[in-house]
Amino acid sequence: MMITLADVNYFEPWWVQIIKALVIFAVIFAILPILIVYERKLLGRFQARYGPNRVGPFGVLQPLAEIVKFAMKEPFRPTTSVGYLFRIAPMIAIITAVAALAIIPWGDVQHIFGQQVGLYGIDVSIGPLYVFALAGISFYGIMLGGWSSGSKYSFLGSMRGAAQLISYEVSQGLSILGVIITAQTLSLTGIVHAQEGMWFFIPQFAGFLIFLTASFAETNRAPFDLIEADTELVGGYFTEYGGTPFVAYLFAEYANMIVVSAMAVTIFFGGWLLPFGIDPPGWVDPFVVLAKIVLVFSFFIWIRATLPRLRYDQLMSFGWKILLPLATLNLVVTAIIVAS
Amino acid sequence: MTPYDVSDDVIEVMRSPARGSAAGAYRTFGETLRGLKTTLARVVEGPVTIQYPEEKTPVYPRFRGRHKLHRFEDTGLEKCVGCSLCAAACPADCIRVVAAENTPENRISAGERYAAVYEINLSRCIFCGYCEVACPFDAITMGHDYEMSDYTRSDLIFTKEMLLAEAIERTPLRREGE
Repeated sequence: MMITLADVNYFEPWWVQIIKALVIFAVIFAILPILIVYERKLLGRFQARYGPNRVGPFGVLQPLAEIVKFAMKEPFRPTTSVGYLFRIAPMIAIITAVAALAIIPWGDVQHIFGQQVGLYGIDVSIGPLYVFALAGISFYGIMLGGWSSGSKYSFLGSMRGAAQLISYEVSQGLSILGVIITAQTLSLTGIVHAQEGMWFFIPQFAGFLIFLTASFAETNRAPFDLIEADTELVGGYFTEYGGTPFVAYLFAEYANMIVVSAMAVTIFFGGWLLPFGIDPPGWVDPFVVLAKIVLVFSFFIWIRATLPRLRYDQLMSFGWKILLPLATLNLVVTAIIVAS
Repeated sequence: MTPYDVSDDVIEVMRSPARGSAAGAYRTFGETLRGLKTTLARVVEGPVTIQYPEEKTPVYPRFRGRHKLHRFEDTGLEKCVGCSLCAAACPADCIRVVAAENTPENRISAGERYAAVYEINLSRCIFCGYCEVACPFDAITMGHDYEMSDYTRSDLIFTKEMLLAEAIERTPLRREGE
C-alpha cells in the first residue's frame, strides 16, 4: 500500500501542468529584475534621491546592464574553497527559491479553452508546510556557500544565517497557525476562499505582525540582514562569489521575497479577492495578486530604508524571547476562540 | 553668604523605560512608527539630487573658478605688465611669468613691460585667489568656470592666449539674493 504524504489536486492534463510551470517561471523571472530596479528606485526616493536613472528610460534597463556585466565576469574561486560545493551551493539556493514559487495561488480555477485550469503551480494540501520545507533546504544553499568559500567572513555570515533562519522559522510557522485554525485548511486556495467574508489580517492582526517580522528575518532583509551585514562581514555568505553564481544568490533572495510577500498576501490579504464586493472576471485575479505582492514588497523596502540593523544578540533574544512567546500566545488565544 | 544648596538646580531627567518592560516595547513600537513616518516624508518631498551634467548648481558671484586675463576695453592692450607679483603670491607655485619690454612698434600692454609668457598650471592651482589679490592692475581675476577636467596633464597648463580668450560661460551664476 502506498502511503500518501500529501494530496496534490490535479485535474489538468500533464501538458497543461508543464505549460503552467513554464509560464510561472518565465513571468517570475521577468518580474525579478523589475523588482530589483523598483527596489533601488524606491529606496532612493526614501533617501531623497533618484536611484538608478541613466540606463534606458527612467533607468529601467539598469538590471539588464548589470546582468550582462555579471555574465561577462571571469569565474574564479579562492584556493581555500571546496570546489564542487562552491558550485552547487548557489544552485541549491536558486532551485529551492524557484520551487517555492509553484505554490503561490494567482487566481481561482478558470475555464480556458474548455479546460479547467487552476491559476497556480500546484495546490497541495500541506500548503505553507511546502514553503517551510523548501526554506529549510534553501538554508543549505547559504550554509554550504559560506562554508565552502573558505573565507572567514563567508563562514561567519553563514553561521549567522543558520541560527537566524532556524530561530525565525519557528515564529513564522506558529504565527500562521492561527489562520490555519480559523480557515480549517492548509491548502492556500482554501485559505483564500475562507477569507471571502473578511481578510484574515483583521482578526489575526497580531499573527500578521509576527509573520511580517519573522519574514524579514527569513528573507535576510533589513533590519535582520545580519547574514549579509556589509558593514561588518563584507558581504556575508556570498563574499567570495562573483559573476553568475552571485546573480543566482541575488535572484534567490528576491524570489524568496516574492514567495514571502505572496504568502502574506494569500494568508492575510485575501489573495485574489477584492474588498467591497468587487468581483472582477477571472483573468484579473493574477494582476490583483501581483499588485498586492508589490505593495507588500514596497513595505519591505520601506522598512529597509527606515530601520538600522540589529545586533546579533538582540536578534536572537528578540526571536526567542519576544516573537516566539507572542506567536504561541496568539495561537493559544485563537484556538480557544475557535474551539468555544 | 548661604551655603550652596545642592537641591536647587536638580533637573528632572527624562529616562527611557527599562529594557524588556511593556513600556519599553510600547516605546520601541512608537519609535519604529515615527521612523517610518520620517522616511515616508522623504518620498513625499521628492529627491533633492541635482542631476549634475544636465543641471548645475549656480555659483556665487565671488566664486573662485578658472582664471581670466583681461585687456583694456578701449585700447585693447593687455592689463598685465609682467610684474610677477602673482607668481610670487602663489602658494602652489603654479604661475610662470616671463616678462619682456614693450617697444613702440610692438606695444602689447599699457605699462613698460608685458608678459611674454604667462602660464598657469591648473593641475597645481588650489584656487585660493591670492594672484587676484596680488595683482596691482586687476589683470588677472578668478572666473566662474570649474569644469576643467582633461585627458592629459599638459592640457591643464593654460597659456596666455587661453586665459585671455573670452571664457565660455558653462556655469550658471546665482542672481542677487538667491
